[in-house]
Amino acid sequence: MATTDKEVSELVKREYEHGFVTDIESDTFEPGLNEEIIARLSGIKNEPEWMLEWRLKAYRRWLEMEEPDWAHVGYPKIDYNSISYYSAPKRPEDMPQSLDEVDPELLRTYEKLGIPLHEREKLAGVAVDAVFDSVSVATTFKEPLAKAGVIFCSISEAIQDYPELVKKYLGSVVPAGDNFFAGLNSAVFSDGTFVYVPKGVRCPMELSTYFRINAANTGQFERTLIIAEDSSYVSYLEGCTAPMRDENQLHAAVVELVALDDAQIKYSTVQNWYPGDENGKGGIFNFVTKRGAAIGKNSKISWTQVETGSAVTWKYPSCVLRGENSVGEFYSVALTNNYQQADTGTKMIHLGKNTSSTIISKGISAGKSSNAYRGLVKFGPGAEGARNFTQCDSLLIGDRCGAHTFPYIESKNKSAIVEHEATTSKVSDEQMFLCRQRGIDPEQAVSMIVNGFCKEVFKELPMEFAVEAGKLLEVSLEGSVG
Amino acid sequence: MLSIKNLHASVGGEEILKGINLEIKAGEVHAIMGPNGSGKSTLSQVLAGSETFEVTEGEITLNGENLLELETEERAREGVFLAFQYPVEIPGVSNLQFLRTAVNAMRLHRGEPEMNAAEFMKHAKEVSKQVDLDPAFLKRGVNEGFSGGEKKRNEIMQALLLQPKLAILDETDSGLDIDALHVVSDGVNALRAEDRAILMVTHYQRLLNHIVPDYVHVLAGGKIVKSGGRELAHELEERGYGWLGVKDEEATASSSVT
Repeated sequence: MATTDKEVSELVKREYEHGFVTDIESDTFEPGLNEEIIARLSGIKNEPEWMLEWRLKAYRRWLEMEEPDWAHVGYPKIDYNSISYYSAPKRPEDMPQSLDEVDPELLRTYEKLGIPLHEREKLAGVAVDAVFDSVSVATTFKEPLAKAGVIFCSISEAIQDYPELVKKYLGSVVPAGDNFFAGLNSAVFSDGTFVYVPKGVRCPMELSTYFRINAANTGQFERTLIIAEDSSYVSYLEGCTAPMRDENQLHAAVVELVALDDAQIKYSTVQNWYPGDENGKGGIFNFVTKRGAAIGKNSKISWTQVETGSAVTWKYPSCVLRGENSVGEFYSVALTNNYQQADTGTKMIHLGKNTSSTIISKGISAGKSSNAYRGLVKFGPGAEGARNFTQCDSLLIGDRCGAHTFPYIESKNKSAIVEHEATTSKVSDEQMFLCRQRGIDPEQAVSMIVNGFCKEVFKELPMEFAVEAGKLLEVSLEGSVG
Repeated sequence: MLSIKNLHASVGGEEILKGINLEIKAGEVHAIMGPNGSGKSTLSQVLAGSETFEVTEGEITLNGENLLELETEERAREGVFLAFQYPVEIPGVSNLQFLRTAVNAMRLHRGEPEMNAAEFMKHAKEVSKQVDLDPAFLKRGVNEGFSGGEKKRNEIMQALLLQPKLAILDETDSGLDIDALHVVSDGVNALRAEDRAILMVTHYQRLLNHIVPDYVHVLAGGKIVKSGGRELAHELEERGYGWLGVKDEEATASSSVT
């Protein structure tokens, strides 16, 4: 037993792999939030008047909103005036037109993150949009995508180049008044990704964005908007990392998905923001609003998330199932270790006839962490024949962590069917003994058991990322045996 | 091969093993019999390095190496194998993945190259036939939804795959119907080898009709109270444990303990 404890204390001290700071020159706003800052932000991005108006309206609304406190998480109060709302690497006036024009230092950063853009471009056929602090650095694969008619660019570019689409859909799924953090994001979002897949087009490759917070005391407020027209299909993946800093950093993103008739959007997230150290110091506050509107008939929106990072996570990727026969899916693995806190889950809002949804949530708690699933399944009066299946499984490692499940079900339609299954289990001493008796290292055994527990979710991830997710779990779990 | 001297072990302050002495040579098969609660399973678990029990006195060596200084996984890599009485489930982890990880951990320890998925699959399929398991079952989760008999056959298959120096079989016959008993016994007999020691722990004599031991020991109250040849098992069957001054709470119970 003594050896086990020693191993634990050694391994707990492992370094966060992505915790480097990139030494590049950047333009950063002084901390503070007011209308003048928003105007400056909008001005720097050369935004049209309507965009600035939209932001200011959101800001005024936000001022009247209260920060929510219902989540099962605790964190010190955030002073929104101590945050800088814009930070961008210094670079020539023009956006880089190709990777060759991107600051080599930045490219090296991405290589450290394990995303060599060139490599990815060649080998994986993944189009990557990389958002560094507040701006979009490079978008690869623009050309083949353009040939297919797919628009994949930063949201800032979209505001310039496709204002009609942005005007029509921005805030249509997550309005500025939706919640406190969405309101803040609407006022100050700095960049993010825009995807538009035209009618009948199956996007020829996986789209991918990597986010990274680099500058100190900055918040990251990215905004993602994905529109899938009739009978189109797109699969999108985002990954996130941040350097190690003693101060907490705020990340408040908004993601909106719109699926029209017979369209499918698959959205996958591998979130590995800095979780703070073993004493709970530092780390990212990840307060994110993600929602998809399955507007069209037979449309489908599928969320898959692997959440291993952040000090505090508050996130509920949701589906509004408006179209007849539309389908919503949520597959989630949320792992917390040390002092991490996660309150995550989904909302499935069934409005249309014969809509169906599936929720598979796997929560893993280790160390002294707290992990909560919070989910709402709602059936409106028109949701004739709608059904939901929910499965929430919690896995505890050790005896100092906590797992909580908060399922809410509201039904205004008697024909709706809902099934709910929930389990809580532990990585048992017997399982560990069996593995070790067969010669398997304790660390490897835990990782294998946890991966088995998450199998149903991992199989939903795009192949190459499923492997990445498995490895990420392994790293995040180090030091959790004992 | 295996040498146990004055072994004392306890759980939660209660002493279960009260001075076990046992020598097993390579090539030998020993059976440990005894009533429930006599410490048979404890002995198996302690040999394998279970952290549930605390060894308070005595020594265990395997080919001269002090097992008490080794962690569970290190003992396994030195060739100690325990076929569990109640094999636990590991949901979502395929039997194949689990077995390959185990086999490769051993190979790594011996300085041999790891087996890739294809090689291992081929090998595992052959071995699974030896214990009459459908190879499709390699893809199922470890012990997940297995019947009692399948679990036991799976344990024997693992022994065949891992080729241990010392195989400890803890109540491997419990919960088996007669056909499964044959399959499992054949598997164990296939394990018998000049350079391998087998220690069978059982409550009932019937297994010993199929796997004939060289020596039989009676464990009672945490001590070996009698040792003898294979004929001792028959004597126990006829006379029970009473003549040894040992109470058997389950002397009248059926043999379907699972």
